Amino acid sequence: MSTYNPPLQDASFVLDQLIGLDQMCNDLKLDEVNSELASVIVEEAGKLASEVLAPLNSVGDQNGATVSEGAVTETQGFSDAYQQFVENGWATLTGPEEFGGQALPNVLGTAVNELWHSSNMAFALCPMLSQGAVEALIAHGSDELKAQYLPQLISGEWTGTMNLTEPNAGSDLAAVSAKAVPDGEQFRISGQKIFITWGDHQMTSNIVHLVLARLPDAPAGVKGISLFIVPKYLLDEQGQPAAQNDVSCVSLEHKMGIHGSPTCVMSFGDNEGAIGYLVGEANKGLSYMFTMMNHARQSVGLQGLSISERAYQQAVQYSQERFQGSNRDGSKIAIINHPDVRRMLMAMKAGNEAMRALAYSAAADIDRAHHGDAASRSRVELYTPIVKGWMTELAQELTSLNVQVHGGMGFIEETGAAQHYRDARILPIYEGTTGIQALDLIGRKTLFDNGTALKHLQQEIQASVDTLRNSESESLQQLGRKLETALKQACNAGDWILDNAAQDKELMGNVSFDNLMMMGYLTGGWLLAKSAIQAEQLKQTDNAYGAPFLNAKISTAQFFADHYLPRVGQHSETILTGLRHTFALDIDLL
Amino acid sequence: MKILVTVKRVIDYNVKVRVKSDNTDVDLANVKMALNPFCEIAVEEAVRLKEAGVATEVVVVSIGPKACQEQIRTALALGADRGIQIETDSMPESLNAAKLLAKVIAEEQPELIVMGKQAIDSDNNQTGQMLAALLDMPQGTFASELKLESGKAQVTREVDGGLQTVELNLPAIVTTDLRLNEPRYASLPNIMKAKRKPLAVKTPADLGVELKEHSKLIQVTPPAERQAGIKVASVDELVEKLKNEAKVI
Repeated sequence: MSTYNPPLQDASFVLDQLIGLDQMCNDLKLDEVNSELASVIVEEAGKLASEVLAPLNSVGDQNGATVSEGAVTETQGFSDAYQQFVENGWATLTGPEEFGGQALPNVLGTAVNELWHSSNMAFALCPMLSQGAVEALIAHGSDELKAQYLPQLISGEWTGTMNLTEPNAGSDLAAVSAKAVPDGEQFRISGQKIFITWGDHQMTSNIVHLVLARLPDAPAGVKGISLFIVPKYLLDEQGQPAAQNDVSCVSLEHKMGIHGSPTCVMSFGDNEGAIGYLVGEANKGLSYMFTMMNHARQSVGLQGLSISERAYQQAVQYSQERFQGSNRDGSKIAIINHPDVRRMLMAMKAGNEAMRALAYSAAADIDRAHHGDAASRSRVELYTPIVKGWMTELAQELTSLNVQVHGGMGFIEETGAAQHYRDARILPIYEGTTGIQALDLIGRKTLFDNGTALKHLQQEIQASVDTLRNSESESLQQLGRKLETALKQACNAGDWILDNAAQDKELMGNVSFDNLMMMGYLTGGWLLAKSAIQAEQLKQTDNAYGAPFLNAKISTAQFFADHYLPRVGQHSETILTGLRHTFALDIDLL
Repeated sequence: MKILVTVKRVIDYNVKVRVKSDNTDVDLANVKMALNPFCEIAVEEAVRLKEAGVATEVVVVSIGPKACQEQIRTALALGADRGIQIETDSMPESLNAAKLLAKVIAEEQPELIVMGKQAIDSDNNQTGQMLAALLDMPQGTFASELKLESGKAQVTREVDGGLQTVELNLPAIVTTDLRLNEPRYASLPNIMKAKRKPLAVKTPADLGVELKEHSKLIQVTPPAERQAGIKVASVDELVEKLKNEAKVI
């Protein structure tokens, strides 16, 4: 099985150089936080990730969770690892101080979450879902609910889940039909929820379910959905888990990946009705979900990076151990020396570094937006569908390349290459499919504001193009020319969309995917080019990275520009056709 | 009881060690550095003694350039209370290190000194022993178990023939072997607290120690690369090769 080495140096480069963590923390008055602390935190988290969580990754794949009599038993070893994770305080990283959190910035949480997901994505989904529940409660819960549930959710003593999906309500949550009936101060919840990640397990003394359901008098559609807290065990007067609530796991899904993460069919109210407590106001549940959406979607985008990084490390390792072909003197050639294998490794490395740059940048913008920066807020809105949509799509390609580097051995389960490929396949689906992200980007995030946020981004990219083209370095000038070409192509397509798609919903839908991917490659290429500018400057000074790393940063940006940036042009061309034949065939001809 | 723990900044054990092209030293430029694993075990043991209520304060000392403060902070994040850095340009050789530590110990007056048995960079395994001689203190080296009772330390030592248990009067010096304990991971709250723990910086001059050159590094060469093996046709051929080529029998 593959080992995992946390990419500490690149993480610190992106945090310190690309994002300017020290400056950011100064601006946001986070006096306690600086790049030095950040690097210690990432390094220490990396130890737990690589030494404790990573070895359990293939164990979870081969021995997934099981269910019996309504209760799920998680993969052996997960519970001990979870206790260690909680005892070491990692669940508290970004939580507010008043509820026992460390109140560290979201961007640092993102850098650390990358490690959890790389080491063991199926495991890391559990704390990720808890974080979602925490955010929902902080934003919308009453003081009483916060006091009862937040400290234990933030410490990790209890975990949280999100119960949204039903058999007939997937991407379209307006169709939610679970019922909530008032019963004194509380509510009785009944109905079935599916695809509930970590819906049940034995790792903690309680599980806090957040459930979308309808009140009896609720209006139809999206405006009639309310959000409830339904604990697995009801709390006694001391706030401790006591009587079991009327909720159970009916069955587990048999999935193509993330076997270590129990995906539950949850049944609420089979008997007297599960007791639930209303979060916020009635009928506002869906809008509450939207307030958490940026963070939740960026978290899944990050998983795309994490799993691709793990796959990349495995490919680098294997390609040095596998010998095929001989030199003239009879010595064997490790496949890492073959150009096509090297191309695949570089494609993975460049893709990963672009994703890291984008994921951390978007996360830092969430921090700035939280502190009231309006420009960052609109940038978060624009970035989020790109982070979720593009990164999880690219993860399909990169984890597939790892299988390819392994050749026949990659198709055989025992090398573990297939696991990353299978695990990655859920990413463009859950938390809003790629299609949903693409529509979000072209509709709400581009047409809705007449392209204002998009234009700001384009201007910033243009500024980097100018810096690159005025650089004394030939490599940077070349990079500048390539980025400029891609930017022009993307601007053409963007203008065309603004001119033509606003009035034509079908046209907008046709080109939305290409627009998403185009923006992904453009933004990724831009952030790597910015990294190259930083690297070139650093080379002139006494620095902590060293020439090999900085030169690699520049070469990787160049490889991205050669290998991926031309895709901006391809997607742009497709957009300009309007893909007008999408609906050319009647359904019976399909 | 005050415990003093020494920690050394060394090349990370995961890093493939490279020799500089001019063979003057190991290449440490932009290489990941870490807390010496044996020192980590020493820190863990001291912190456990504090958690058990036996020790009241754990002080960590490191010698080296400013960068070694990172390793002091790591030890503080594992639970030590305060740090002392003795600032030197490079890592001093064992005897100089022992002399510097002797002065710190004279100032701090700890009842127990816990050290790694050796550092994984130079593998000398001598600073603890030298320090014991300089201070005229009892020493229990290669400890795999440590018990403190009524002013004495019982140390189980890993020796060639098995285990040997010695009893030392305090203050004493104990050096750790691998099996003494399994160090914990630093917790996030402790990493945050470590930032605020005191860290004093001293120079050899402050301690009145003049660093002397007792030995000289002449050359560093990487070990010979392993050659590919061959298959022998018979036992006779094997014996013949072991006798005449390998010259081991």
